[in-house]
Amino acid sequence: MEFIEGKMDELKEDTLPLAYTGYIRKKISFMIISSILLFLLLIYSIAVGAANISFTNVMAALFGYDVGNVSTIIWNIRLPRALTAIVSGIGLSVAGVALQSILRNPLGSPYTLGISHAAAFGAAFSVIVLGSGSMRSTGADAVMLNNPYMTTAVAFCFSMIATFILIAIARYRSASPEVMILTGVALASLFTAGTMFLQYFADDVQLAAVVFWTFGDVGRADWGDLGILTAVTIPSMVYFLLNRWNYNAIDAGDETAKGLGVNVEKVRLWGMLVASLMTAFVVAFLGVIGFVGLVCPHIARKFVGDEQRFLLPASCLTGGLLLLSADTAARLMLAPHELPVAILTAFMGAPLFLYLLIRGYQH
Amino acid sequence: MLNVEGLGFNYKTRKVLEQIHFGLKPGEVLAILGPNGVGKSTLLRCINTIHPPATGTIFVDGEEVLSLEKHEVAKRIGYVPQRSEAGKLTAYDAILLGRKPHIGWNIKEKDHKIVESIIMKLELDKLALRYINEMSGGELQRVAIARALVQEPKLLLLDEPTSSLDLKKQLEILRTVRQVVKDNRVSAVITMHDINLALRFADRYIFLKDGNIFAHGGHEIVVPETIEQVYGVSATVEELNGFRIVVPNEE
Ligand SMILES: Nc1ncnc2c1ncn2[C@@H]1O[C@H](COP(=O)(O)OP(=O)(O)OP(=O)(O)O)[C@@H](O)[C@H]1O
Ligand SMILES: [Mg+2]
Repeated sequence: MEFIEGKMDELKEDTLPLAYTGYIRKKISFMIISSILLFLLLIYSIAVGAANISFTNVMAALFGYDVGNVSTIIWNIRLPRALTAIVSGIGLSVAGVALQSILRNPLGSPYTLGISHAAAFGAAFSVIVLGSGSMRSTGADAVMLNNPYMTTAVAFCFSMIATFILIAIARYRSASPEVMILTGVALASLFTAGTMFLQYFADDVQLAAVVFWTFGDVGRADWGDLGILTAVTIPSMVYFLLNRWNYNAIDAGDETAKGLGVNVEKVRLWGMLVASLMTAFVVAFLGVIGFVGLVCPHIARKFVGDEQRFLLPASCLTGGLLLLSADTAARLMLAPHELPVAILTAFMGAPLFLYLLIRGYQH
Repeated sequence: MLNVEGLGFNYKTRKVLEQIHFGLKPGEVLAILGPNGVGKSTLLRCINTIHPPATGTIFVDGEEVLSLEKHEVAKRIGYVPQRSEAGKLTAYDAILLGRKPHIGWNIKEKDHKIVESIIMKLELDKLALRYINEMSGGELQRVAIARALVQEPKLLLLDEPTSSLDLKKQLEILRTVRQVVKDNRVSAVITMHDINLALRFADRYIFLKDGNIFAHGGHEIVVPETIEQVYGVSATVEELNGFRIVVPNEE
C-alpha cells in the first residue's frame, strides 16, 4: 500500500521538513553541549581535591604518562570515584525515565518501587543479625563497615526479593501502573518497618553502621565495583534505548500503543525488571542516592521534551552531570572531610525540582 | 477486505457481543451505530485483536488476524481509540509514531515523506511543531487520525473520530478518510453517534442492539422503524439536497 504514490510533488518541500530539522537540531545541540560539559566536569573533578592537580598533569596521567604521585591519586582514587558517579548517575536517571513512562507517572523513580527500602533492610539485616557491621574507626575520617561485601550481597538479595514480589503481583494483576505503584508503596513501608524493627534491637555501634550504609556514597566503589556497575548499566541503557518507540507508544495511551502492535504488558514487566535490577546494583554497592532518578529525567524533559528518542539519551547525560557535580561539591564543601553524595543530591535535587515545577506550570 | 464471522466477546461474565457476522469490500466505509454501551468500541477492539474475541474469526485481506503477530496486525490495521493521552511532544513526532510497526532500528527518509504527505492532506502543517499537550481536543483527535493514516493500513478502525470536531472539521476529516479509502482501495470501520453524518460518508451501516447486529446494509436500512427499535426514539427520515436525513419527532 503506497499512500503517497504520485502525490509527492504536491508537498511544499521546503517548509515543514526544514522547520522540523531545526527543531531536531536544537535537541542534538543540547546533547552535544552536555557531553562536552560532562567531559570538562570529569577533568575538573579529577583535578580538584585535597591535593590540587594541574589540568596538564590530569590529561598527562589520563593518557598514561607517569606523573609520579599524581598518577596514583588519579588512577586509584579520583578517576574510579568520578566514573562511578557518572555510571550510577546514568543508571539511576535512565531507570527513572523508563519508569516514568512505564508507570505513567511523572513521580516515577527507581525508588517508587520500594527496591531501595528493601536494600536498606538487607543492609540492616546483614549488619545487625549477621554481624557484618562491627565498625572500626580509621583514624583519618570515616567509619568503615567491617565486611562491606557481605552487606552489599545481602542488600542485593533483598532488592531482588522485592523485585520478584513486584513482578509476581504485576503478572497476576496484568501489570497495570496503579497496581505496580501501590505494590511499590506497600513494599517500601513493609521493608521500612522491618528496618525499624531491627534497629530497635541494635546496639549503637550497629545502628551507626546501618545509618552509615544508608548514606549513598560513590566513594565506596573500587575499580572492581565500578566494573560490575558498568556491566549492568550499559546493557540496561541499551535495553531502554531499544525500547524507545515502545515507550513513546505507551505514552500515547495503552490503547493507542496496543493498536500500534506494542505488547504493553510485556514491555511494562520487562522494563520494570531491568530498572529494578539496575537500581538494586547501584543501591547495594553505593547505598541510597535519592532524587537523581526523579530530577534528572525532568531536567532533560525541560530541554528536549517527552519524545523518548531524545529524552532517554538526554536523561543519561543529565544523570551523569548531576551526580558528578554533586559528588565533586560534596568532596570540596567541607574539605578535608568528604560528605556522602546522597546528602548533597537531596539538597540540590529538592530545590531544583521545585524550581522546575514552578517554571513548568507558569504557562 | 474485512470478513468477520461468528464473533462473540464477554468481559468476564458480562456478555457484550454475540454472533457478529459481516463483510466489507475494499473502498468501502462502514458506520457502526447503536446506543451507548452497546459494544461499538468493544467490536473495534475485537477486530484489532486488542481484546481477542471469545469465538469467531476475523479475516483482513484474506489473512486471519488472530494468528498474526501483534506488529503484523498493526501493519494491516490502523486504530484510533476513543481516548488518547498527550505528552510534551510535537504533533509531528506524535504522527511519526504511527510508523512504529514499520520502523526497524531507525526512521527512514520514506517515513518522513509519508508523515509529511499526511500532514499536508489533513492540513495539520500549522500544528506540526506544536506540543500536543497544548492542543485542543479536536486538534488532538486529528493528530490521532493522522497517526493511524501513516500506518498505511489496509483497514482503518476509527472510534468516534468526529466527537470533538467542529462542523467544518467533521466534514473535512470524514471526506479525507473516505478519499484515502477510495484512492487506496482500503476499508474503514467508523463508530459514530451522528446518524446524519454517517449518512453522508458511509457506504454501509450496521446497527447494534443488545450485543447483536440489528440491521446491516446500505442507506435503505436507515428507516424510522430501525431508529425506533434501536434507540427508542421515533424519527422521520427524509431526503434533503440529495442526502438522507434523520429528524427526531420528539422535542
Ligand atoms: N473493561 C471493561 N470491563 C467490563 N465491562 C466493560 C469494559 N469496557 C466496557 N465494558 C462494558 O461493555 C459494554 C460495551 O462497552 P463499549 O465501550 O464497547 O460501548 P460503546 O458502544 O462503545 O459505548 P459508547 O457509545 O458509550 O462509546 C458496556 O456495557 C460497558 O459497560
Ligand atoms: Mg465507545
